[in-house]
Amino acid sequence: MDKKKGILQGNAFYTLLSILVGFFVGAILLFLAGISPGEAYGQLFEGVFGNLKNIVWAFIYASPLIFTGLSVAFSFKTGVFNIGAEGQFVVGSLAACAVGILVKLPPALHIPLCMLSAVAAGAVWGSVVGLLKVKRGINEVLSFIMFNWIAYYFSNYAVNLQILHKEGGGEATKDILDSASIVFPDVIRDFLGKNRNANFGFLLAAAAAVLIWFIIRKTTLGYKLRAVGYNNYAAQYGGINSDRAVMTAMAISGGLAGLGGAVQLMGMSMRISQFASQESYGFQGITVALIAGSNPIGCIFSGLFYGAMKYGGTKLSLVDAPSEVVDIIMGTIIFFIAISHVLRNLILSRKGGKA
Amino acid sequence: MGRVGHMDKNTVVIAMKDIVKKFGDFVANDHINLTVYKGEVHAILGENGAGKSTLMNVLYGLYRPTSGQIEVKGKAVSISSPGHAIELGIGMVHQHFMLVQPFTVTENIVLGMEPKKGLMVDLKEARRKVVELSERYHMKVDPDARIEDISVGMQQRVEILKVLYRGADILILDEPTASLTPQEISELIEIIGHLTADGKSVILITHKLKEIKAAADTCTIIRQGKYISTVDVSEVNENELASMMVGRDVAFQVEKKPLVPGEVVLEVRDLKGKDYRGVQILKGLNLSVRQGEIVGLAGVDGNGQTEFVEILTGLRKADSGEVRIHGKDVFNASPKACFDSGITSIPADRQKYGLVLDFSVAENLILQKFHTSEFSSHGILKRDKIESHARELIEKFDVRPSGCENRPAGTLSGGNQQKVIIAREITNNSELLIAVNPTRGLDVGAIEFVHRYLVEQRNKNKAVLLVSFELDEIMSLSDRIEVIFDGHISGSVAGKDADENELGLMMAGGAVRG
Repeated sequence: MDKKKGILQGNAFYTLLSILVGFFVGAILLFLAGISPGEAYGQLFEGVFGNLKNIVWAFIYASPLIFTGLSVAFSFKTGVFNIGAEGQFVVGSLAACAVGILVKLPPALHIPLCMLSAVAAGAVWGSVVGLLKVKRGINEVLSFIMFNWIAYYFSNYAVNLQILHKEGGGEATKDILDSASIVFPDVIRDFLGKNRNANFGFLLAAAAAVLIWFIIRKTTLGYKLRAVGYNNYAAQYGGINSDRAVMTAMAISGGLAGLGGAVQLMGMSMRISQFASQESYGFQGITVALIAGSNPIGCIFSGLFYGAMKYGGTKLSLVDAPSEVVDIIMGTIIFFIAISHVLRNLILSRKGGKA
Repeated sequence: MGRVGHMDKNTVVIAMKDIVKKFGDFVANDHINLTVYKGEVHAILGENGAGKSTLMNVLYGLYRPTSGQIEVKGKAVSISSPGHAIELGIGMVHQHFMLVQPFTVTENIVLGMEPKKGLMVDLKEARRKVVELSERYHMKVDPDARIEDISVGMQQRVEILKVLYRGADILILDEPTASLTPQEISELIEIIGHLTADGKSVILITHKLKEIKAAADTCTIIRQGKYISTVDVSEVNENELASMMVGRDVAFQVEKKPLVPGEVVLEVRDLKGKDYRGVQILKGLNLSVRQGEIVGLAGVDGNGQTEFVEILTGLRKADSGEVRIHGKDVFNASPKACFDSGITSIPADRQKYGLVLDFSVAENLILQKFHTSEFSSHGILKRDKIESHARELIEKFDVRPSGCENRPAGTLSGGNQQKVIIAREITNNSELLIAVNPTRGLDVGAIEFVHRYLVEQRNKNKAVLLVSFELDEIMSLSDRIEVIFDGHISGSVAGKDADENELGLMMAGGAVRG
């Protein structure tokens, strides 16, 4: 009884329940659209787990999402809402791209330099918003959203700069130099179902998740940032400089999203194309963070889940189902996670009534 | 102020029999009996978490009892909701008021039961009814004033009128005096008298013994969810009530060593500053506190004491003046600099400033010291050290439940939250301890505890500044009492010479004595 109650009170139960409900709602919509839910979900499942190569694809899709998820989760833990991970992701990607094309170094130096520039770019992008909040009291949500658009158009401008632009071809930059690629060597790729884009990204993301978990739980920095996030007044009363804490949190959060951009570029896309619309890695990061309940380790798993769904979604067209079904399922899951405390109270009060 | 009883022993209005309420395995009410007569003021006395509120929530239809019967006016009932309770004539005034701030008094009172004229609210008729009610029970209110413009005491009258307007003849008042001034408290007691004279019954939930003696006919005592006794208030004294409530003898007067004041610790000169609206609230305040003394700062809320303490602890910037600790200038210093120079405080709002409710008790206990070498090295927290430190303080300060070091502070009861703050601030062992309303909302047992520690600090030759709206507390603890009125010190008396009336006058800006 106690054990059962423990499960009913725990977050994991409601997360799983929400995921089930999400699939159920998705099934209804598929049915209404005249597509067999069984067939579509079968395709989705098959698309991800059908062979090793596809499983590896899910990991590749997950890597940037884990980073943006961590970025948002970290911001939640410290009391700000980083809805600007999108923009930080873009500037991070751009910085890595510029360094990846323009600087000539051996891989052992080139890769870290690209990543550092991405972290720095994302951190600066986040900090500027932090500065506006701290110095001028401007709500970070508003400036984050505007900074997303600034990053978006700035990237489209930069892509067409002669120094970066690919001569003669398309609306994209040149490819980054091989020395900046984080794709696995051939031996390992052969081992991973010959996936041409298998890369170090997921390992980095997992390491970043552990590091962020450590910072939040085990360090004085994490203590400070959480104190400000939970109760700014008590933190100030305790002598913590909350302005500085907010700035630090925004810089770290931005840096994580920026690094996500670098990983996507250096492991997967190899170049930046001109955007026709926002790519939404940052917004999907919000979903990842929410499913993980803002737990950094949880972000690894929710990121993998989202990555798998996203990759599986690309296969839905084979059964004439729109890949947007995936977005609907994810949206429904978030909705039910958001109202899970209501469900919990309902279930628990019913139980309590019987006791 | 001899009470005139209006109790009619022949008419039982509420009979709660053998009420049991369980939450999982926790028994909040364990076979409790309560009988209330017509015209009676029945106090329910118990420590924080004793089960008073649970019992009243059962009566008001917010909880269903696990077992037991309720009779209202002789009829067995099963109260299913607050709406049902109101139909039965039971009304509740909550500790935290539920009023619509921008609405007028009249609009708030009739809300949900407005007299109608066609499709329109008949505000004229509503106003007439409100005036009639307020005259009938001698509760003066301005029917046209907006809630946001009237005092807390007035807002409480509006709440009581709201309940009366709905036809209640049994009124539950939950901690009604928690935020009232002494003057407002005696007015409330008068109002309760008018209510019972009209045949209403009043159930008073409180842990203030003085008010029970002043207002109640009967008192039912609950301890740890169990029914202890129901007594005739005129036959017991405050000490007896307190020991029944706590389950042991309680000392009201804390033993103090004779005063041996040492050097001046805090020196404040001509301090001027503004409140959050930018209004000049401190108008040249002078104050000093020496080692080994408790200085009580008495005053009615809103005379600048809150801002004064915020300035001393670095949370607010002053306009001009001098603030020194042992001669060192800390005027407009940061909170950390204030702390480092030896000021600690027990803040008035413990949930806003005192604690991070989502942090564990252990984490809260190191709020100002998490970065010191005692609890961290190279930026990594020493979890073992932090937890053992917490276990030690939990034991020493009797924070309950024991072994709560890893529980979020928000899950503790109010009294235990306060103990966590006190444990932290006292072990900081600073030169000056500022305590702001340190016993607000606490029960007698916890109050005794807090008072003992304040006096202990003094006896250890530390300086203590006690800021409190409770005159009794100021008078029983202070070596010297300074009265704050309109942003400056309006008078000063030695603690042993203090007289309640004289202090009351000074608090209202009356006589000034050197």
